[in-house]
Amino acid sequence: MSRRVSWDAGTARALIAERAALPGALLPILHALQEHFGYVDPAAVPLVAEALNLSRAEVHGVLTFYHDFRQTPPGRHVVRVCRAEACQSMGADRLVEHIKGRLGIGFHETTADGRFTLEQVFCLGDCACSPAVMLDGKLHGRVDAARFDQLIAQSESGR
Amino acid sequence: MTVRVFVPRDAAALSVGAHAVAEAVRAAAEARGADIELVRNGSRGLFWLEPLLEVETQAGRIAFGPVRAEDVDLLFDAGFRPITDHPLCLGLTEDIPYLKRQERLTFARCGITDPLSLADYRAHGGYRGLARALTMPGEAIVEEVVQSGLRGRGGAGFPTGIKWKTVLGASADQKYIVCNADEGDSGTYADRMLMEGDPFVLIEGMTIAGLAVGATEGYVYIRSEYPHAFRQMTRAVDIARAAGYLGASVHGSGKAFDLHLRLGAGAYICGEETSLLESLEGKRGIIRYKPPLPAHKGLFGKPTVINNVISLATVPIILDRGGAFYRDFGMGRSRGTLPIQLAGNVKHAGLIEKAFGLTLRELIYNYGGGTATGRPLRAVQVGGPLGAYFPDSLLDLPLDYEAFAAQKGMVGHGGVVVFDDTVDLARQARFAMEFCAIESCGKCTPCRIGSTRGVEVIDRIIAGTNRAANLLLLDDLCTTMLDGSLCALGGLTPLPVQSAVKHFPEDFDRPAPRVAAE
Repeated sequence: MSRRVSWDAGTARALIAERAALPGALLPILHALQEHFGYVDPAAVPLVAEALNLSRAEVHGVLTFYHDFRQTPPGRHVVRVCRAEACQSMGADRLVEHIKGRLGIGFHETTADGRFTLEQVFCLGDCACSPAVMLDGKLHGRVDAARFDQLIAQSESGR
Repeated sequence: MTVRVFVPRDAAALSVGAHAVAEAVRAAAEARGADIELVRNGSRGLFWLEPLLEVETQAGRIAFGPVRAEDVDLLFDAGFRPITDHPLCLGLTEDIPYLKRQERLTFARCGITDPLSLADYRAHGGYRGLARALTMPGEAIVEEVVQSGLRGRGGAGFPTGIKWKTVLGASADQKYIVCNADEGDSGTYADRMLMEGDPFVLIEGMTIAGLAVGATEGYVYIRSEYPHAFRQMTRAVDIARAAGYLGASVHGSGKAFDLHLRLGAGAYICGEETSLLESLEGKRGIIRYKPPLPAHKGLFGKPTVINNVISLATVPIILDRGGAFYRDFGMGRSRGTLPIQLAGNVKHAGLIEKAFGLTLRELIYNYGGGTATGRPLRAVQVGGPLGAYFPDSLLDLPLDYEAFAAQKGMVGHGGVVVFDDTVDLARQARFAMEFCAIESCGKCTPCRIGSTRGVEVIDRIIAGTNRAANLLLLDDLCTTMLDGSLCALGGLTPLPVQSAVKHFPEDFDRPAPRVAAE
């Protein structure tokens, strides 16, 4: 798992400046901030707005439109479980219930110990190996309850 | 002698352990002191056999699968020759019936070549289409694509050549080629496979499109759920640029074309072309009114060709072999081949590229081998989350744009998801509305509000409240969404809902689930 750094405006400014000249720079900038800090701190909004000559409202609007961007730090590990039809046909609903019970949280929540954040996703493109789960950006197919438990155990021991 | 061994680096193959298999191959070779070349190819698309390991022999490539890391050591003899009587041995890859019966044009190289080797790409017919296009005026390239009968593989099925002709005819200081790689439909993965398994074919197709219409820049918008495909495309674009296939003078022709890659951010609506353009411009992915068409006013207000990955990746073979060659495959007005993605509850899920006209039944039983669970098949959803649910009685429908439209369904991007008899179509209809509510961009009322009302109405039907009246209301709501929505999300969500009600009425008439005592 990537080691995340805490928010600092100087680094954010540098990440923004590197990309400000790209055509349609806003999404690449928000991705860069999230990749670096694990989330997009609301304090970044005025910095991005200034660099791109946009209003804060415009930047906030984009930040909140897309499911990917989050405004608070996630847990150390991010679990994204597919809820779309192909995975449903292979028992994704049961898997989702198991995961929620195992982690003790619902979607868009983080465990109290800060270890796991759970997100839903609609299709990871692994529909021929359903059900699918993405753990810290890595795709896993043919996941059942036992395999999921094994994966999260490995994610903690492999740190 | 060097032995060539192939273990895919396709995301789906990796998701079931291909990386560990590749490591085991290296270790086994080292232990035997064998000289091997380990190629990380794309997937052949036989996903129930992944991780699929292949070994090159004089007779051809021998396949093993599905291979676990712990199996690897037993697949090779002391000289690192494949042990063909091992239970996991599948014989010659090309002779596997699933593969042998296909007509692979767009996916001709996927799984065969090293995806990042330009030499391999050229040795297998790559860049021949571009070479020919470079000798032709733009009008002739467009005409070749028109003649091929190619229709947009993203879902709408609009003739690709006609789109190009409009952009060619528009005058502007700058034009763009945009590739829609926001493959959000559940049950589809052809774009992902191709970007990971044969990225140069997409780059070549976009370059030809640029030459055809006079565009010097292209963008590929890849969904963020495909980080692996994004990395692979990034590498491939760098390699193509370094070799002079992209840049100020494409292959020394003096004509410019370059590519940029952009990552989506988890919004299904960005697969809609105008919403995608907004997103590329750095805005909320809110759809645009049409007209103006993107062909007149697209990316940054300039004339833009926007096509799906498969459409663009099919252009090189059309230019190489000619429009007539491609047109000779298929049926009716659906010309050429369709890469079908068989998914969900099916024994042999995978990619099947065939000429249009194959029936769902042939597909699911002759290729798919029936359900994975072994239970009776009950429903098939074709064309992603906005596609209709079909019962067994409609499985003789041929895969053809018009035949599906006549049954109030759509071929879409070619995804086929199979469900066994444990599926509850009332729940699936509810999910279709829920998905629309989550993914609606919010611009038009029928989609934004209608989808939420749809969930509520279906909840009342499931709960047994005033069923007849609520079913009527649901039908009315679907009609409003169908006729009143601005784009396909709100406009097609009624397809899965109404097909579920029509073909599986018993699921909407079950005894209400018992509510826990208060």
